[in-house]
Amino acid sequence: MVKSKDYDLIVGLEVHVQLQTQSKLFCGCCTSFGAQPNTQTCPVCTGMPGALPVLNRRALQLAIRTGLALNCDIATFTKWDRKNYFYPDLPKGYQVSQFDLPVCGAGYLAISDPSSRLESKPIRLIRAHLEEDAGKSLHDEAGGLSDTRIDLNRAGTPLLEIVSEPDIRSPLEAKAFLSELKLLLGYLGVSDCNMQEGSLRVDANVNLHVLNDDQLSVATPIVEVKNLNSFRAVERAVTYEAERQWKLWQQDKLTIDQRPKQTRGWNDAEQVTVPQREKEESADYRYFPDPDLVPIVLTADEISEYRADLCELPSEIRLRLQKDYEVSAYDSDVMVNQGRECVQYFEAVAKKTNQGKLAANWIQQHVLQVINDSDCEIEEFPVNVDRLSSLIEKVHAGELDNSRAKDVFQAMLTDPSPLEQVIKALGIENVADDELETICRELLEQNPQIVTDYQGGKKQAIGSLIGQAKKKNPNANPGRVRELLIQIIENT
Amino acid sequence: MSLIELSAFELVEGLKQGQFSAQEVNSSFADQVDLHDSKLKAFLRFDRQECLEQAAKIDSTGSKGNLAGIPIAVKDVICIEGQKTTCGSRMLEEFVAPYDATLISRLRKSDGVFLGKTNMDEFAMGSSTENSAFGRSCNPWHFGSVPGGSSGGAASCVAASLTPLSIGSDTGGSVRQPAAFCGVTGLKPTYGRVSRYGLIAFASSLDQIGFFARDARDVALILNESAGHDQRDSTSSREPVVDYLGSLGSDLSGLKIGLPIEYQSEGLSDEIQASVVEARRVLESLGAEVSEISLPMTQYGVAAYYLIASCEASGNLARYDGAHYGFRANCQEDQKSRSASSTPPDANRLLEMYCQTRSKGFGPEVKRRIMLGTYALSAGYYDAYYLQALKIRRLIQNELRETFTKVDLILGPTTPTPAYRIGEKSKDPLSMYLGDIYTVVANLAGIPAISFPAGFSTEKADQPAMPIGLQLQGPAFAEAELLKATWAFQNATDWHQRRPVLDGVVG
Repeated sequence: MVKSKDYDLIVGLEVHVQLQTQSKLFCGCCTSFGAQPNTQTCPVCTGMPGALPVLNRRALQLAIRTGLALNCDIATFTKWDRKNYFYPDLPKGYQVSQFDLPVCGAGYLAISDPSSRLESKPIRLIRAHLEEDAGKSLHDEAGGLSDTRIDLNRAGTPLLEIVSEPDIRSPLEAKAFLSELKLLLGYLGVSDCNMQEGSLRVDANVNLHVLNDDQLSVATPIVEVKNLNSFRAVERAVTYEAERQWKLWQQDKLTIDQRPKQTRGWNDAEQVTVPQREKEESADYRYFPDPDLVPIVLTADEISEYRADLCELPSEIRLRLQKDYEVSAYDSDVMVNQGRECVQYFEAVAKKTNQGKLAANWIQQHVLQVINDSDCEIEEFPVNVDRLSSLIEKVHAGELDNSRAKDVFQAMLTDPSPLEQVIKALGIENVADDELETICRELLEQNPQIVTDYQGGKKQAIGSLIGQAKKKNPNANPGRVRELLIQIIENT
Repeated sequence: MSLIELSAFELVEGLKQGQFSAQEVNSSFADQVDLHDSKLKAFLRFDRQECLEQAAKIDSTGSKGNLAGIPIAVKDVICIEGQKTTCGSRMLEEFVAPYDATLISRLRKSDGVFLGKTNMDEFAMGSSTENSAFGRSCNPWHFGSVPGGSSGGAASCVAASLTPLSIGSDTGGSVRQPAAFCGVTGLKPTYGRVSRYGLIAFASSLDQIGFFARDARDVALILNESAGHDQRDSTSSREPVVDYLGSLGSDLSGLKIGLPIEYQSEGLSDEIQASVVEARRVLESLGAEVSEISLPMTQYGVAAYYLIASCEASGNLARYDGAHYGFRANCQEDQKSRSASSTPPDANRLLEMYCQTRSKGFGPEVKRRIMLGTYALSAGYYDAYYLQALKIRRLIQNELRETFTKVDLILGPTTPTPAYRIGEKSKDPLSMYLGDIYTVVANLAGIPAISFPAGFSTEKADQPAMPIGLQLQGPAFAEAELLKATWAFQNATDWHQRRPVLDGVVG
């Protein structure tokens, strides 16, 4: 926990996740991003008179799946409520949401960072509920302020709103929470979490616990920061708010009871939060059960079925990789965080070569570097499971030293030939022992000081001769060279 | 015998046997509309050409649907693709529905002919059709009296033989009350029996599409084509549909009918009470056993109804904000008020547009109910009003469930009085609300109920004899039993065959 001597930072997050369904929450319209405005609409999602909503069961399934993965209590009775407010992008004048009986109740998500900047800790979740998204207002600058257009393609898209307890204590924890959540949602296949396309939207509730003049801990007023379009924006906005609120506290000494919750927006260009209209605070949404939709009843058996259907979760995979392949916590974390495809790639190589640790090293140091630099997918990576496995086997058998193996790997990226051919094309071949011996004897004769040093106990002195041997013949195997050098010195 | 004197059932038979064509049928009713609707004002829109084209198509293709060639008038609260659907409101004066209601699709498959759209109280809020933005409709029995509401136009046009069948909607009695006032048969089916998809919502948990016809057999005919599950309406029922026509009969032996003592309350006209007594005698003569029962919770029905309906309406009508379709006020707000305000000009202009649009687009009764519902749902009042009303609703449901273990059907008046004169109650909303005392219970409980003609009031100085309607209520999905009892009653009486004299022309 990052603990300032002045205050404790208290953060709770509200995350809106767009669920990956083919169609909208209450109608059959397509949910794909980027279509021409108002082409993915129907009487239901445009709020035409007389049109009625019908639940998309797939969205409910994805919500339950997510809830189970987040250790939430799944409601056996859940219902729909109308949240009433007027806004042009809300065609019915109310949003269908869940008020007092959300599909997912209390749960938690454990966050950790094996690079040890963070202690592992669970972030408790208050709830996760389903709701429909609103449309988009497009303000036409050219047409002046008078021209606002509405695109209802997004209206009715299923969202899962995940609300955390205020358990987050630093900007780093906020980022770790979101990263882990995003990873989990990806593994579950419930959302693409594309922040640019608005598939994942975050609001942060931030305040401080400070000591008042009587040295008692008190809470400062809560500020909700909206419009956070990236994890970095969340991290920076929380950092900014902590500093801003600390300064403000020193001036006004206002506590949580003395000022209503305020809404601020993150200005990414200026890297500041700015106050938004306070009108929303006073809004009374007049929630009431939506009479057009029937409540959902889930039996314990159904919930068990959903649970049995869950895939292996990132936190479970991390532990399993450490156990099954003896890789480090750090290594397993890097690969799991890379995504399911990377884990599958690793496991295939590790099984084939029976060299978990070596496979993990190669994937982290070479494969992922290329993938992350070139933005390609692991499934289409030119060095596939078989090719990397045979390379690792050669390294393990001592047939290739690490630096030559790296050369081979680089060549394999562009040369689809079988490994042996790639090796040959690079001119790599095993050097016969007698040839190596000749090189070694020459070098020892030219460097008597090194022989003396070695005999005097400075064993590492021969290291420089290995380098020189490789200069004489790049195919010289460093291990064999070392063995021969020692053999010659000790036999003389 | 003129074609307009035939029931829908008889017309179906005649059309099948080739006694007359769909064009002949439709032009007869169209003539009747042309002749009388300028005074009755039952229709908001009637297109003779369009109606005759539909009929011609049916004649030429030899369509065999169960309603082939039968004219059907549709309350202007139900969407027909490509047609204006106004809900009797300025707000939707120019609104053209982009889709067919599920009911309309079904009736198209049955080859029904849509005659036109009928007048109604704005957004189905009202009991007299005086709340229509497009003028009042008249009661065919007395043009100075109201046809009831909110489906006043739909009831009136059946009574005046402008159509054999019409479709209405019933949220608190809006089919049964005008049926009683106009002397026709009107059914509100069980909640969920007929899809609400395409029925413009007033109060979603209470709204149900219903039907007007001269008699129970015609209602059974159209219900057969309309009932059933719809995947577009989450609240529509999967309960199997029975053959309502096939369930009709005239022997009511063993049928247990309850007569609530609470329904003989203060405010019930003596003439209607006398009709209840007479109807009891008729039903007993047909084999039914009638006994007195007590429904003490029903006295809270009107209060609970007006809260729940208004709360739901406040949400359902939020979409009429001028942003996407329908009426938008042209607001050139003055610059002074803008600059004086602290809110940003854009937000101010949006708010102005909302306020002006809703102030000018809605009539007073709609605004009254939106305000009532908004208030009752507001923080601090929700528990005291909305939640309390839901509890009463539950108690009423329980009471009825219990009652239906002892009796099969409940008999009583549909309304406390016959049709009143135009303007008589329009200035006193509360007295008009109290007129719904006998009808709201069925909506709160979601049960089916039917109103049928059962007598006439005596002629007064300022009003001729007006029809009296009685109501039968049954447990959920007991439409067949309701229709059977009503049809048996109608076989033993002739109240439903009486037709008003329109302008001295016998209809």
